[in-house]
Amino acid sequence: MNTGTDRVKRGMAEMQKGGVIMDVVNAEQAKLAEAAGAVAVMALERVPSDIRKDGGVARMADLRIVEDVMKAVSIPVMAKARIGHITEARVLESMGVDYIDESEVLTPADEEYHLMKSDFTVPFVCGCRDLGEAARRIGEGTSMLRTKGEPGTGNIVEAVRHIRKVNGQIRKVVNMSKDELMTEAKLLGAPFELLLEIKELGRLPVVNFAAGGVATPADAALMMELGADGVFVGSGIFKSDNPEKFARAIVEATTHYQDYELIAKVSKELGTAMKGMEISSLSLEDRMQERGW
Amino acid sequence: MTTIGVLGLQGAVREHVRSIEAGGAKAVVVKKAEQLSSINGLILPGGESTTMRRLIDVYGLMEPLRAFAASGKPMFGTCAGLILLAGDIVGYDEPHLGVMDVVVERNSFGRQKESFEADLSITGIERDPYTAVFIRAPHIVSAGPDTEVLATHNERIVLARHGQFLGCSFHPELTDDHRLTEYFIQMVESPAVVI
Repeated sequence: MNTGTDRVKRGMAEMQKGGVIMDVVNAEQAKLAEAAGAVAVMALERVPSDIRKDGGVARMADLRIVEDVMKAVSIPVMAKARIGHITEARVLESMGVDYIDESEVLTPADEEYHLMKSDFTVPFVCGCRDLGEAARRIGEGTSMLRTKGEPGTGNIVEAVRHIRKVNGQIRKVVNMSKDELMTEAKLLGAPFELLLEIKELGRLPVVNFAAGGVATPADAALMMELGADGVFVGSGIFKSDNPEKFARAIVEATTHYQDYELIAKVSKELGTAMKGMEISSLSLEDRMQERGW
Repeated sequence: MTTIGVLGLQGAVREHVRSIEAGGAKAVVVKKAEQLSSINGLILPGGESTTMRRLIDVYGLMEPLRAFAASGKPMFGTCAGLILLAGDIVGYDEPHLGVMDVVVERNSFGRQKESFEADLSITGIERDPYTAVFIRAPHIVSAGPDTEVLATHNERIVLARHGQFLGCSFHPELTDDHRLTEYFIQMVESPAVVI
């Protein structure tokens, strides 16, 4: 009997496909998310838009919140650790968290190195903006990817940029001849063997969700249309006027992302979505997507 | 040609499609009730059972799925799919489809870090051991008189057949061993034959 194998860790993410993972800050929100049909919840102290507003150093969540959320729901519970923070990740693993997000939403603990995720029994999800970054994270052992987007902005433009970039680069690799791959690996900063695997599979060997700026059911459906395997919604739900309706609507739009009449139906009477932010209003230092290497 | 549907609301749909095709049958992703009339058997995939249940309700699939079961066509539930089929779920007042005579318990092997792979010996699939992937898996606490236990792990029932219904706590779709899917295709092609 083996625990923590690639199949067990990546398989867990496969089971989340077509689903919505919701950020929650307490047990009550977690229950609401579960009832709305979330496939998992991300237990946080503050949602990204509040982290952005409050400033200062953002760390792993208060563990009492993580524990409360784990007790409140039967769906998987994820939590965030700072990039490179081995101990935060080990602590979350010891608590039995089902998935750890090594996340740029928190202030990085290491500005040079990410976690060696293959050393852990618990699986990880990491952000990516292009295929090189995706491949480096897989090389370190992540079992799931997500676009970085620009968290806490309610602006989908960066997530769109990132999923298009990754999928475009995958298509390029698939169509390359083998003798071109080593140079491509050098240019992308990606492990050669992984590019070979991607070429053979015709896709990434792990699932890739959309994250960072999903604010409406139509945003979620758009990301599915562009090839995301599922959707993370951070500030979008609990910063909207009616979180319960919003959560349900986003789940339905994700499942039936090409059923436009249905998306129209669920989008009506939702009230106001979270207030969005123009990306160019953020200085380079304020963009969370610039974190990670 | 035998056509097998995979309930495509959420979860590991693509992997089941690949496995069905490897077994020589045609696969269809089922998202709407009207598609049920064109298939000979249905797989309920792994995923999150609470999510699938909500979507079954939202799209009015509960009655059509029960009618599909009542018509005698074979159904195969893997992990969350087993929970959907089960007649009784420990700690819950109501089952979902409630068509298979087994009692199941959710997440009964622990959280994700306790998820594992193990070799099983399966009745009817002799030759080599079968490597099964268990992810936050349920198990069958007890099986009714007409339910045949086909595999156990550490004395827990992890695969069983009740007439036209096949259910397992693990994920056959996550490995390249397609023998269990082939077994189900056999059930669909010759429903009267009990293997």
